[in-house]
Amino acid sequence: MNIAVCVKQTPDTAATVTVENGKVTWGDAPLVLNPWDEFAVEQALRTKEAHGGKVTAVSLGPEGAREALKQALAMGCDEAILIHDPSLAEADTLVASAVLAAALRRLESIDLAYFGRQAVDTDSGVTAAQVARRLGWPSLTLVAAVVAVDPQGRTIDVERMLEEGRQQVRAPLPAVVSVVKEIGEPRYPSFMGIRKASKAEIPIWSAADLGLSAPAPAVSWPAVLAPPRVDTQCEMITGDTPAHIAWRLVDRLLEEKVL
Amino acid sequence: MDFRLSEEHQMVQKMVRDFAQKEVAPIIKEWDRKQEMAPHILPRMAELGILGVCLPVSDGGQGFDYLSLGLVCEELEAVDTTLRVVMSVHMGLNSMALLQWGTDEQRRRFLVPQARGEKIAAFGLTEPGVGSDVAHLTSSARRDGEDYVLNGEKTWISLATKAHHVLWFARTDPEAADPHDGISAFILETDRPGVTRGDIHGKLGVRAGSTGWIHCQDVRVPASHRLGEEGEGFRIAMSCLDNGRYTVAAGATGLIRACLEASIRYARERHAFGRPIAGFQLIQQKIAVMVQSYEAARLLYLRAGAMKNAGLRNTRETSLAKWFATEASFAAASEAIQIHGAYGYSDEYDVERYLRNARGAMIYEGTSEIHQLMQAGYALGTRTDAALRCELPAYDPVRWRG
Repeated sequence: MNIAVCVKQTPDTAATVTVENGKVTWGDAPLVLNPWDEFAVEQALRTKEAHGGKVTAVSLGPEGAREALKQALAMGCDEAILIHDPSLAEADTLVASAVLAAALRRLESIDLAYFGRQAVDTDSGVTAAQVARRLGWPSLTLVAAVVAVDPQGRTIDVERMLEEGRQQVRAPLPAVVSVVKEIGEPRYPSFMGIRKASKAEIPIWSAADLGLSAPAPAVSWPAVLAPPRVDTQCEMITGDTPAHIAWRLVDRLLEEKVL
Repeated sequence: MDFRLSEEHQMVQKMVRDFAQKEVAPIIKEWDRKQEMAPHILPRMAELGILGVCLPVSDGGQGFDYLSLGLVCEELEAVDTTLRVVMSVHMGLNSMALLQWGTDEQRRRFLVPQARGEKIAAFGLTEPGVGSDVAHLTSSARRDGEDYVLNGEKTWISLATKAHHVLWFARTDPEAADPHDGISAFILETDRPGVTRGDIHGKLGVRAGSTGWIHCQDVRVPASHRLGEEGEGFRIAMSCLDNGRYTVAAGATGLIRACLEASIRYARERHAFGRPIAGFQLIQQKIAVMVQSYEAARLLYLRAGAMKNAGLRNTRETSLAKWFATEASFAAASEAIQIHGAYGYSDEYDVERYLRNARGAMIYEGTSEIHQLMQAGYALGTRTDAALRCELPAYDPVRWRG
């Protein structure tokens, strides 16, 4: 199996994200492998463990995104490729999906491309589907379990997590699969993986390498505003019995027109 | 001088931090109350390779350096002291001694399974009647043909009831003119007939750890299990402490960090007199002192680790790091409780556990008093470190990863 996993570097979810001078900033908080993508890496590695082959991690981002790729390598990915080009700095999902689709084509004979369900920074959650559309591959989103992969019969069976329950889907390979956290807890990097990752040379592909001439994003961010500051007040509701407290709480909520 | 951690060190740090935060932090309070070690701790640490982090790949280890060991200890103790204690005895006091003093055969037979975490290792020096006064230990080892016969009792032994191998110190020559020269070290497998052991409960701290006693009654050990020469035991024990104390220093540094982080969090959310208590200068002072302690403790242990990597004798530097970090961690925990007020005094928050856990480290692996005597001795020129027959090997990436 030739497996790709598309990952993004994002701020840590513990970071305090604010807006300064019209730009989003997270201060000096560390950048990490997008937490959703860790689940995608985990599933990519499990697929490889079950069926053999190799896993290539692919990321579009600044040079520093190499760190996120090293994390993927330390977890067990075999290779990593960084797509970095100043012309792609303002990429929206349309641009990102064009770039990632071109990269997956360039990697040749990819059977499966895994994604996390969304990135914790921009939260659009559409890149995987857009990549599938561009490649003309089936788009399996919100996947909670990969039930079976049949490399000979060229099919994949998955369970999609929907509000109503789980939906079983079969699709031909190659396919794009974006996973949710129910897919299984991501492993920690191993010491051996860390040794390998720290030595790894990660090739950089430019837009020109992918045959793309600076695609223009459709979405721009003319202004970024911090949410208005809300002053909250804390009021302790006390009473003699739980029932008494509950009634007082109901009264207060009605008074405040919350209910 | 470059104070930045390498990419590799940062990845090790993150990996161990994630393990401790995700798998131990949520359940540690419960096991601390039970006074038992959570059963998944040792198997997981083995599986993740933590138990062999700084040993050569050829000895079954992960091939990382001694700085990595320090970083691992800092991360582990930032969650709970008992995790770091595992590294102190299994790695610092036992496995590193086998790396330093063991024959090829001893390393193959005992170190390899320890490095892989298949066997757990402990260190038997302290006795019911002997702590700091190591030279006067009373356990005996009598030569009998191709064996030694061990008798005696060790107490306050971390992992006593978990360990498969114990580095056991006993007197082989009761007649030695200098009692320091009458002690030898043995690799004791705990399944040998005549070995009994048990846990000690009712400790102030490290309650989620395993601390116990081990008794030897006419236990026969082949002479090939003796580590080093006959009579070399005292020097071996002291060299073990150079490594054990390093892990304690690094761990205590992590404990200071935990106190600092908890204090910052609480000081920002707790209000008094109409504002967060972080706005009060007396709270700020406590936090500033914790920052100072953390940074200083960290530099001290990292220097000791860098010296180990370079193959330099570091008894003085390690002792200083251990003394400073353990005292500072106790002080930090006490101030963290003060910042938390009455909540800090209850086990609703972690800081009371930090205080209880910090206290023991001012006693074990050289009391604070012993370290002060050592530091004064170096400063006054009354103490020097004689060269050892076997020094801890310098970290050599080629040998370690070959």
